[in-house]
Amino acid sequence: MALPEKLNQTLETLELVPDRNERIQLLIDIAGRFEEVPPRIARRPFPPDHLVPACESQAYVFGEERPNGTLDFHFAVENPQGISAKAMAVILDETLSGAPPEQVAEVPQDIVYRVFGRELSMGKSMGLMSMVAMVANMAKKHAESRAGRS
Amino acid sequence: MSEIESRGYVRPEVLVPTDWVAAHLDDPGVRIVESNEDPLLYSTGHLPGAVEVDWTRDLNDPVRRDYLGREGFQALMRRLGVTRDTTVVFYGDRNNWWATYAYWVFQLFGHDKAKVMDGGRIKWVNEGRPLTKDVPSYPASDYQADERDDKRIRAFRDQVLHHVEGKKPLVDVRSPQEFSGERLHMPEYPNEGALRGGHIPGAANIPWAKAVNPEDGTFKPASELRALYENEARIKPEDDVIVYCRIGERSSHTWFVLTNLLGYKQVRNYDGSWTEWGNLVGVPIERSV
Repeated sequence: MALPEKLNQTLETLELVPDRNERIQLLIDIAGRFEEVPPRIARRPFPPDHLVPACESQAYVFGEERPNGTLDFHFAVENPQGISAKAMAVILDETLSGAPPEQVAEVPQDIVYRVFGRELSMGKSMGLMSMVAMVANMAKKHAESRAGRS
Repeated sequence: MSEIESRGYVRPEVLVPTDWVAAHLDDPGVRIVESNEDPLLYSTGHLPGAVEVDWTRDLNDPVRRDYLGREGFQALMRRLGVTRDTTVVFYGDRNNWWATYAYWVFQLFGHDKAKVMDGGRIKWVNEGRPLTKDVPSYPASDYQADERDDKRIRAFRDQVLHHVEGKKPLVDVRSPQEFSGERLHMPEYPNEGALRGGHIPGAANIPWAKAVNPEDGTFKPASELRALYENEARIKPEDDVIVYCRIGERSSHTWFVLTNLLGYKQVRNYDGSWTEWGNLVGVPIERSV
């Protein structure tokens, strides 16, 4: 299945910046747009079943259904130094919120390498890939639930 | 007596407080090195004058799974303007996790003029100390590196197997979920790079971050560290100990604690760690799930 359109556009934009330092600066700017999950969705202590496995920055993912049946994704990143996790959260929110859940469910984890490049430590890539997996799993369950309702 | 000396460490001189670093920012005999788990962090702002050492790009062989060799290390030190007399002070994010890893790699080449800033990056930031985005450059040095010594503080798989057969102590510093093998049972998530879950037989599980105070990232006093490793892991300073994690990065933090803070005489870091052991054919594994 094709990637959701906004995600594809964002990945193509990032790939236009091959210089490592420029890419880092771009990702830092993206991380600067991070907004934590609103209190109407979740408050501390965040429920452990929303904690991203293997993410060293203690990221949490939440879904909120829109009237049209798609999902908005919200995030919390408890590590104040978790800049990469915040950048990933912003990209996932801005490109996958409102996208068809069936399409979000098929987003592959290795988009992480298209965002950050291949020079990621193993632990870092696992944590970021787990964020993608958690969003995709949330969308998959939501799509299955909608199919069951109809 | 300084506050760090009062904690009872065997080698208190390997740790320096943020005050000491602040007073040596312009010291030409000191090179401050930031080494992080998060690859974006250095560029958001770092200690004035600090250079970055990135584990993936700077400390690894680009092709083989191994650390850089003598020539690579020499080139790195020359690029950073470090001489054999320069005191290198490491700091970083996540309780100095990656900083102690870089420190350990530097010890493979015998650069023993090295220290770690207690509390790492977060303590410096929380104290409101200055950060800059200016990337410094220093005149290249003529550093002459020693050959890498893999015998003293590094362990390889065959040595680990003999260690297990000899029923000598190991410390697994991963999370309890990784130690038990539970984490490999999460099918929709990226795996740990290992085909099997569990731990090396006989290993005690002491997660690495237990050695630091969670509120400020500083190392716990020696009395608490001794209680942790002697009572829970049942290891003693005269033991021949091997530590490991997933790829040897978290265990370098525990290696630092055991070797420098508690004065253990023979601690080796098995950097092949679980990503090697959990894929090896025929080696023994224990699991609890």
